[in-house]
Amino acid sequence: MSRTWAYLSNYLIYSSMAVYTLSFFAHAVETAWAVKIPETTSGKTLDYKRTEKVARIATAMMILGFLLLFAGVIARGVSAGRVPWGNMYEFSITGALAFSGAYLGALRKYDLRWLGLLVSTAVLLTLGTAVAVLYRPSAPLVPALKSTWLVIHVSAAIISGGVFLLANAVAAAYLYLDSMEAKGERTVWAKRLPSLEYLDQLSYRLVAFVFPLWTFAVIAGAIWAESAWGRYWGWDPKETWAFITWVAYAAYLHARVTIGWRGRRAAWLCLFAGSTFLFNYVYVNIWGTGKHTYSGL
Amino acid sequence: MSQEVQLPELGSIGLFRFAWRQLTSMRTALILLMLLGVAAIPGSLIPQRTQNPMAVSAYFKRSPDLATWLDRFSLFDVYGSPWFSAIYILLFISLIGCVLPRTIEHFHAARALPPSTPKNLNRMKFYSSWRAQGNELETARAWLKKNRFRVVEKDGSISAEKGFSRETGNLFFHLALILILLGISMSSLFGMRGEAILNVGERFVNTPTSYDSLAYGKLFKDGKLANFMLKVDNFDAQYNIETNAPEDYTLQVTLYQGDFTKGEKKVIKVNSPLTIGNTKIYLQANGYSPIVTVRDSKGNVGLQGPIPFLPQDGNLRSIGAIKVPDAQPQVGFVGSFVPTYERSDSNGAISAFPQALDPRLLLSAWSGDLGLDSGTPQSVYRIDTSKMTQIGLKSLKPGESFAYAGGSLTFEAYVQWVNLQIVDDSGKNYALLGAIVSILGLLASLFTRRRRIWIRVGTDVEVAGLAKNAAPGLDQELAIFVSAIKGEI
Ligand code: HEM
Repeated sequence: MSRTWAYLSNYLIYSSMAVYTLSFFAHAVETAWAVKIPETTSGKTLDYKRTEKVARIATAMMILGFLLLFAGVIARGVSAGRVPWGNMYEFSITGALAFSGAYLGALRKYDLRWLGLLVSTAVLLTLGTAVAVLYRPSAPLVPALKSTWLVIHVSAAIISGGVFLLANAVAAAYLYLDSMEAKGERTVWAKRLPSLEYLDQLSYRLVAFVFPLWTFAVIAGAIWAESAWGRYWGWDPKETWAFITWVAYAAYLHARVTIGWRGRRAAWLCLFAGSTFLFNYVYVNIWGTGKHTYSGL
Repeated sequence: MSQEVQLPELGSIGLFRFAWRQLTSMRTALILLMLLGVAAIPGSLIPQRTQNPMAVSAYFKRSPDLATWLDRFSLFDVYGSPWFSAIYILLFISLIGCVLPRTIEHFHAARALPPSTPKNLNRMKFYSSWRAQGNELETARAWLKKNRFRVVEKDGSISAEKGFSRETGNLFFHLALILILLGISMSSLFGMRGEAILNVGERFVNTPTSYDSLAYGKLFKDGKLANFMLKVDNFDAQYNIETNAPEDYTLQVTLYQGDFTKGEKKVIKVNSPLTIGNTKIYLQANGYSPIVTVRDSKGNVGLQGPIPFLPQDGNLRSIGAIKVPDAQPQVGFVGSFVPTYERSDSNGAISAFPQALDPRLLLSAWSGDLGLDSGTPQSVYRIDTSKMTQIGLKSLKPGESFAYAGGSLTFEAYVQWVNLQIVDDSGKNYALLGAIVSILGLLASLFTRRRRIWIRVGTDVEVAGLAKNAAPGLDQELAIFVSAIKGEI
C-alpha cells in the first residue's frame, strides 16, 4: 500500500517536472521574443498579442505544475504515513512547491510574470537535484520528529523560505535593472519590466509580509525542541542560523523603516539576509552537525 | 611635562549620561543586534563544548596550537563566552533604555486627540474637492466613526486619525523582546539541568549524587531539587524492519512523591516529557547494558551487575569497558555489544538490527594497571591499555563464560538503559509569553498603517489624507470615503 503511494508520488513529481519544463519554455519564448526585437524598433509600439498568449500558457503550465507537485508531495506524505518533511529530498520537493506557490500567490496581486522564467528554472533545478541526488525511499520518522509542532514549525519555515527567495529574486532584478539604467537606457525587453520603485517596494512588502511568519516558525521550533530535547534553545547550528536569518531580516526592516534605506543598499541587504537562509538550508543540512541533521545523506 | 586633559564639563555624571545616551540610541541597539548575529556565527562552524565535547578534544589533538588560541577567545564555548554575554547584556540595556521612554511617550500620545485640520488641505498628496450639497459633514462623521477613526470636529471640519495600533504593536514587540531576554536570563540563573543513565529496573532518587552530570544556575539552591523518586519499569523500542530506523520509544516508570509510599504509573516518550511541578523529565537516549559477573581464580565475585555500553551506530553496536580495580593484578575488559550479531569481512562483528535478536558480547581482556589512580579523569566507556597486557579475546552469548588466567567472566544477560534529562527551568514560561506577545505586536505593527483624513465643508467640500511612512493604500481608502460622502455607496 505505502509503496503504491510512493510510486504515485514519484510519477506525480516527474509529471510536474515535465509541466514545469513546458512553462519554462513558454516563458523563455516570451522573453526571447521580447529580447530579439532590434533596438531600432524601440520607438514603435510593439504587437504583444503573440507574446501575451505564450505568457498566459506559461502561467497556466506553472499552475498545473504546482498542482501536480502539490499532489506529489501529499502522496509522499501518505506513503510514509506522516508529513513529508523527514529528509532532504522531501524538504527540497516541498521547498520547490513553496517557491512556486509564493510566486503564484504574489502574481495574483503584483506584476510579476516577468519573473516566471527564473522561477521555473529554479524549481526545475531544485526538483532535478532532489530526484537525482537526494532521493531516499519513503520511510517513517524517527521518534523525535513525531510532533504536531514539527508540522507547524516546518510548514511555517518552508512557506517563509519560499517568500524570502521570491523577495531575493525581486531584489536581484532590482540590482540588475538599476545597473542597466545607470549605464543608459533599459533595453527594449527590460522596458516591459516594472519600475525600480515598484521592485524596491515589492521586495520590502514580501519581507514584511513573511517576517512574522518566520518569527513564528523560529518560536514553534523552540517549542518543539523544548518538548523533544528538554531545552528550547541550544545554539545548535540550525538554530543559530535561523537566528542569524531573523536578525538579518530585522536589520533589513529597520534599515528601511527607521533609517530610510531604499534602492541598492536595501536590495543588497535583502540579498544578504536571504543568503543566510539558503546557507542554513544547504550547508547545515548537509555538512553541519547537530541535532537537526536529518537529511538522510 | 604633563598636561592635564580638560574635561571639566563632563565629570563622572556627565560622562555617564553621555554613555547612557549613546548606548540607548537606536543606532547602537541596531549595531548590537547585528553584532549578536555575527557573533553567533563562529559557534556554528567550530565545535562547541556544550554540544560536542568529543569533537572539541579531537580538534585539540589535530591542531593543538590553533586550538589553544581558539580556546583563549572562548571559541569552543561561544554562547557562554564573556564577549557574547557582553553583547547581549548591552543590547538588553540598550533596548530597555530605548523602549521604556518611548512607551511612556506613546501612552501620552495615544490619549491625545488628533491635531486640528490644517489650513491648506490642497497641499496634501491626496486631495479632492467638489461643490457642497449639505450634510456631508454628518455622513463623513458617521463613516469615520463606523471605521473606528478617532475624530476631532471644529469649525465645519473634521480631523480624523487611525492606526495607533501600529506604534502600540511595535512597542509591544520591543517590550516582548525584553521579556524573552529576561526569561532566558532567569533560566540560566535559577534553573538546573542534569542527566542520569538508568538501567531498566533501577531506581532514581532526585538528589545530587544520583546524577551523572548536573549543572545549577548561579542562584539555584541544592535543597530546591524537586522531591521525587522514579523506578524504571520497562523500556520498549520499536524499529522499522525494512529501514532499521527507530519508530517509537516508550518508557514506563513508577513515580513516587511525598513520603515515597505510594507510586503512580507514568509513561515518558520522546516528545512528551514527564512533568513534576517545575521539573520536567525527558527521554534522551537509550542503549544496552550487558549484565556480567567477574570472579577471581578462587570463585569470589569481584564485580557483578549491568554495565552501560555506549551506542556507536544506528544498529546500536555499542562499546564499553568493564573495570575490575580490586583484582590482583587489576583486570579490564574492552568490549563491544551487538544486539543482532553479524560478521562482516571488513569490519569484524557488526550489528544488523537495533533490537536484541541475537546478542553477543565481544571482549578483549587486559591485565595490569587500569590507571584509575593517576588523577586524570577517565571515560567509563574506555580503558587506557598502555600499561596493560592483553590476556585473551572472546565472543560470548548470554549465559556463556570466559575463563582467563586469574579468573572468569560470565555474560549473564542484558538490560536496556535510558538516559534521562531532568530540567527545572521556570524562566521559559516568560520567554514563551514574550514570544507570543512579540508575534502579536509584530502583526499589529506590520499590518496597520497610521493615517489621517481631513474633511472641511464650506461652499466646497475638501477631502485630504496623509499616511505616515508613505504607507500604501490610502488612495483607495480615500476613494471609498469620498464616494460614501457623495452617497454613491
Ligand atoms: C533599542 C532597540 C530598538 C529600538 C529603539 C527600535 C525601534 C524601532 C522603531 C522606531 C521601529 C519602527 C516603527 C515604525 O515606524 O513603524 C521599529 C520597527 C521594528 N523593529 Fe525595532 N527597535 C529596536 C530593537 C529591535 C530589535 C532587537 C529587533 C529584533 C529583531 C527589532 C525588530 C523590529 C522590527 C521587526 C520592526 C518592524 C519594521 C517594520 O515596521 O517594517 N527591533 N523598531
